[in-house]
Amino acid sequence: MDKEQFVVSLLVANHFGVLTRISALFARRAFNIDSLTVGVTEDPDFSRMTIIAQGDDYIKEQIVKQLQKLEDVKLVQLMHADQTVLRELMIVKVRLQPGKLSELVEAANTYRASVIDLSPDSILIEVTGEPGKLNAALEYFRAHGIIEMSRTGPSAMGRSTYCLANG
Amino acid sequence: MQLSGAEILMKVLLEQGVDTVFGYPGGNVLNIYDELYHYSDRIAHYITCHEQGAAHAADGYARVTGKPGVVIATSGPGATNLVTGIASAYFDSTPMVAITGNVPVALLGRDSFQEVDIAGVTMPVTKHNYIVKDVNRLAHTLREAFQVAISGRPGPVLVDIPKDVQIASAEYEPQSAQQKRPDPAAREEDIARAAEAIAQAKRPYIYCGGGVVIAEAGEELARLADIADAPIGCSMMGRSAVSADNPRYLGMMGMHGRYASTKALNESDLLIAVGTRFSDRATGDKSEFSRGRKLLHIDIDPAEISKNIGVDMSIIGNVKVVLAAICARLAQQRHEEWTAEVAAMRESRDNDISMCQSGLTPEFIIERAGSRMRPDETVATDVGQHQMWTTLYYRFTRPRTFITSGGLGAMGFGMGAAIGSCIGRGKKRTLLFTSDGSFHMNLNELATAVTNGLPLVIVVLNNGVLGMVYQWQDLFFGGRHSNTALFRKTDFVKLAEAFGAKGLRAETREEYETCLAEAFRMQTPVLIDCAVDCAERVLPMIPPNKGISDIILK
Repeated sequence: MDKEQFVVSLLVANHFGVLTRISALFARRAFNIDSLTVGVTEDPDFSRMTIIAQGDDYIKEQIVKQLQKLEDVKLVQLMHADQTVLRELMIVKVRLQPGKLSELVEAANTYRASVIDLSPDSILIEVTGEPGKLNAALEYFRAHGIIEMSRTGPSAMGRSTYCLANG
Repeated sequence: MQLSGAEILMKVLLEQGVDTVFGYPGGNVLNIYDELYHYSDRIAHYITCHEQGAAHAADGYARVTGKPGVVIATSGPGATNLVTGIASAYFDSTPMVAITGNVPVALLGRDSFQEVDIAGVTMPVTKHNYIVKDVNRLAHTLREAFQVAISGRPGPVLVDIPKDVQIASAEYEPQSAQQKRPDPAAREEDIARAAEAIAQAKRPYIYCGGGVVIAEAGEELARLADIADAPIGCSMMGRSAVSADNPRYLGMMGMHGRYASTKALNESDLLIAVGTRFSDRATGDKSEFSRGRKLLHIDIDPAEISKNIGVDMSIIGNVKVVLAAICARLAQQRHEEWTAEVAAMRESRDNDISMCQSGLTPEFIIERAGSRMRPDETVATDVGQHQMWTTLYYRFTRPRTFITSGGLGAMGFGMGAAIGSCIGRGKKRTLLFTSDGSFHMNLNELATAVTNGLPLVIVVLNNGVLGMVYQWQDLFFGGRHSNTALFRKTDFVKLAEAFGAKGLRAETREEYETCLAEAFRMQTPVLIDCAVDCAERVLPMIPPNKGISDIILK
């Protein structure tokens, strides 16, 4: 079975130690995490996580079942790719070479990104979108020289009636 | 009413029906021990010599009673000493609640004296664990801990209570004991499909795991075997689920299984695996294990389905309920040819496995001690050759009478577990088979057995070597006995006497019989040091990741 990337959404109890439990589970079962995002939901008792991982069908099934065994995990859903929206945020600090400001601003506009800070030597650009778009933007900015960057990892949500609670 | 955290712990223990705990006091559980002093008329506390012994005792207590075992230890070293015991309980799905003290909340995370993040340490070997930082959450957390421990597939839960939380007061409202959460309900269509597959099978084989003991489903399993006309094999953990007197019973299969049991599995066309996780010690070569047969897996834990062995069908639910449901759907089957084949396997000379036919053989030691035991009396073991010999030769007829560290395979398990089992059975006679290697690990608990006047018969199969590793070195490492040929000078008879127990020694069959007669007359701990030839092997043996064609018989 081929390895493929997949998305798992989780609703977890919002208290200390939960992130450790989940990341430790991945580590001890030898599952790889590509990215993990977490934030509190509208109900402060719960946080929602999006985990991007890789593996074959066996790994996928085991990840979901092992996560379901954790006391702090309330819901686990392996997200259907075609019914799921993925969004990620990236902040990238690009070297500002003389005469390149307008080109970079135009590039930011093309990626529907925002310039959020400017200094004589650098420009800070915030890009939001699908991970693929972020990769493309990154490749463009790389030519100008990336000083540093930070990505949040994708956050996932099902379309329309495809919700975590009833998925 | 307003009570201290320590007293709330006592109240919740009583609520949950706990009247027996094991443990060891220390600086950060002083308040808990002060309450144990006040509650000593309702909660019996057994102090061991080492926290590991207490954890194994709580585990053994839980295994014989089916009730959660409770162990208490102080912070830091007290807590870390529990870890092997917790891990053993986790592997073998024993319900257990471990209570640890910790430094006051304000000192957490500062590397304070005797501070260890025990919740972090035990995360991989507990079903769940808690650090209670607010006394108002204590009663609820403890109740939840008991519920988690007993629900679904049971397991250990740890509750870490900082010292100031034990001291602080909160309102306490009595509640009744926690009920198990509802088991997952087996799907009708899964049961129908399983019944259909069993009806179509020509050569069915039932593989009984520890889950059958835990679910107390031995009767249902035996009934299914009758209706399906199938032989029964088992894992080590499933060893006491079905009586060895059952004519369908073939014994343990796998690495050190009975020849007939492994052979019948290998010739089957449908494997009905019940309450088991397909341990690598049971399956050997996984592709050979599955080749040529359909696999049906019944278990309460969905994560076990197709984890170690991919199966064709599964039913998730309480195995007792599921087995009864299958029986109700299944018409009586007849497999005369298969039954005859299995009978022939059982008669095969390959089942004769004793190397030495005379002298004080492991088989003789175990069978003769067994002949003096009542069916409802408990047998505990340590880990290694003697454990396999016990599994192979002892005739267990009642569930929960075989207490052994299966999944973790923790040498040193035996003394604590035997003590806990003995106490769990109302201080009735308990037999421990151990070895010079395993016994050396936690022999300190002899003091606990003596202090409590427990009727424990400790049979040490003393061959001077670390037998199982020694055997592997013989078979797979060119006979290079690296650090296993110890031949220590310990005089176990004097040792037993030094602890205040009775010590006996046997070098011949006659001496052993005399020792047994004396030992079984006593109502206090007695140790029999048995001289065993270090050339004795556990046979048959299927080398790791191999199949029945590679079986070593002689």
